[in-house]
Amino acid sequence: MTGRFHPRQGLQGTARFRLADVSAFIARRIAQGLIVVALVATIVFALIQAAPGDPFSASLENPAITESVRESWRQSYGMDRPVGEQYARYIGNVFRGNLGFSFSLQRPVADVLSDALPNTLLLMFVGLFGAFILGIATAVAQVGKLGKRTDRLLGWISLTLLSVPDFWMALLMLVGFAYWIPLFPIGGATDPVIYGMLGTTGRLIDRLHHLILPALTLALLYFPLIARHQRAALVEVMPLDYITAARARGVRESAVVTRHALRNALLPIVTLLGVAFPALLTGAVFVEKVFSWPGMGLLIVNSINTRDYPLLMAAVLFGSVFVIAGSLLADILYRALDPRMRDER
Amino acid sequence: MPTSYTAHLIRACAMNADTPLFSYAGLASARRLIDRDRSAVFAGALLLAIAIPCLLAPLVAPYDPSAQPDIIGLQSRPPSLLHPLGTDPFSRDVLSRLLHGGRLSLSVAIFATLVSVTLGTAYGAVAGYSRGILASILERFLDALLSIPRLLLLIAVFAAWRDIPIAGFVAILGVTGWYGVARLVRGQVLALKNQDFVASAHALGASRMRIFLRHILPNVVTPVIVAATLGVGHVIVLEAGLSWLGIGVRPPTPSWGNMIQDGSGQMASHWWISLFPGLAIVMTVMAFNLLGDALLRALSPRRSAAS
Repeated sequence: MTGRFHPRQGLQGTARFRLADVSAFIARRIAQGLIVVALVATIVFALIQAAPGDPFSASLENPAITESVRESWRQSYGMDRPVGEQYARYIGNVFRGNLGFSFSLQRPVADVLSDALPNTLLLMFVGLFGAFILGIATAVAQVGKLGKRTDRLLGWISLTLLSVPDFWMALLMLVGFAYWIPLFPIGGATDPVIYGMLGTTGRLIDRLHHLILPALTLALLYFPLIARHQRAALVEVMPLDYITAARARGVRESAVVTRHALRNALLPIVTLLGVAFPALLTGAVFVEKVFSWPGMGLLIVNSINTRDYPLLMAAVLFGSVFVIAGSLLADILYRALDPRMRDER
Repeated sequence: MPTSYTAHLIRACAMNADTPLFSYAGLASARRLIDRDRSAVFAGALLLAIAIPCLLAPLVAPYDPSAQPDIIGLQSRPPSLLHPLGTDPFSRDVLSRLLHGGRLSLSVAIFATLVSVTLGTAYGAVAGYSRGILASILERFLDALLSIPRLLLLIAVFAAWRDIPIAGFVAILGVTGWYGVARLVRGQVLALKNQDFVASAHALGASRMRIFLRHILPNVVTPVIVAATLGVGHVIVLEAGLSWLGIGVRPPTPSWGNMIQDGSGQMASHWWISLFPGLAIVMTVMAFNLLGDALLRALSPRRSAAS
């Protein structure tokens, strides 16, 4: 057995074995992830093939472009080749980071996506952080008053917010806090007029000012999910002996929840990270659209009307990689935090 | 807390992490529990209050949902006696559209969920019960499907397949929504496979097929019912989102999503156009969530003890 404490071996040995163990685990999971990426790429490729027409039929409306011109375009992109050959080349390109060419933006898809990525990551990270803080705080407040009115009220608020469609919530926030009570700008990541004239501090404040409302929307949309799981995890820990022992020692009830119970109940929430990632990606699409936030979501929504298939397909692939990475991260964190997991393969 | 023998049985099973949380025998006690569960009663009543007028929309709606009686005089009028929820930018009655839209949104969600539950149960059952290389292929394939963000995939599909008929729309919603159910059923079947009652059926000489159909499949029914209940709410939100983006239910056919779209440009001044369909979605989805929660509580005693 590796990674288990043995009196003879001592702590040092355990630590060394554990490190080797974890890196083997990570390597195996990354290999699995790559297989899944290849499978997703295959599914996406099948979709491109099954879709009616090809990217060039979009210019069908333009009478100046004749069938022979379109045929030569297809040839230059290799679309006249057999499906098997196209598939092999597509998979090869995906793994080399070549995601095709955006027809509407006239730029490589990889460039377009990597330009938008930092904005989306910023929004998602701040939103997720807010959601975790709000969610854990709500759950702690609920468990402190388990079964009482506060618990029930917060439970109902969580349930209601959980049932609100992302885009409608974003619209309400926009109308509420940008029009009726004009505290925040109506959209974008920076002010289009004054941003260029601002100094470093001014720019930072301007960015923050634009970030708050969309990030708050995401946090409000996703904290109920975390609050419900956190509450369930806390409730499961509360009847355990060490909690009773803490109470018997005279620890205040609020400290019992925050210091003693929360510490053990945080673990299941880490697995939520894997679930929260794809959900948050969905939310980001709508929130970015409503707040004109220049990220991947807005890019995707805007490429619906231009029928930019390469961009859309790459976005699906990109999103999947996001999800795979998210669940990998959750697994690694879980392993790192839970000593019981270390012996498992 | 239920005190019946079956309830004791399920609780005993639920305490053991290796055994499934649900059991077919639990369905009877579930009904009893729902009788006592006030939130389930509330959810059911709310659902009926929304669904019945919506399904009877052609009879109860005061106006034709697509009639544009006076596009200038009646454009975006606030709620009044004649139009209780106001009119939209095309002078159409919001209440009538809300009822007709609800009929469509509910049917789309229910049929799409039926498709995904059927597919998911079939796949999950086969994946869980098969062995060797087939089992691992099915598992990896499911992993791949689970990691595709559903909304992004649907946006790509509906951007490519323009003007898809409503039946096709429902079918695609269903076909992209079964992975979660499949994972649930697979896990359930894997847990059930090692149960004593399966071993005893095997010892009595039952064939693999018979064990599968008579002993394993019936035990999968209850978690699938919970998943389906929660799934309907999820699809309502998804359909609304797609319709709001303009790639779901196409105007002039009303759906709650495209009704919100009709008003979202002028929500600050003409709030009633987008507010009421949004509230309808929230209430309906909440009812489905409450119902799913109540079912889950009723079917897994460990949770009911906790909450």
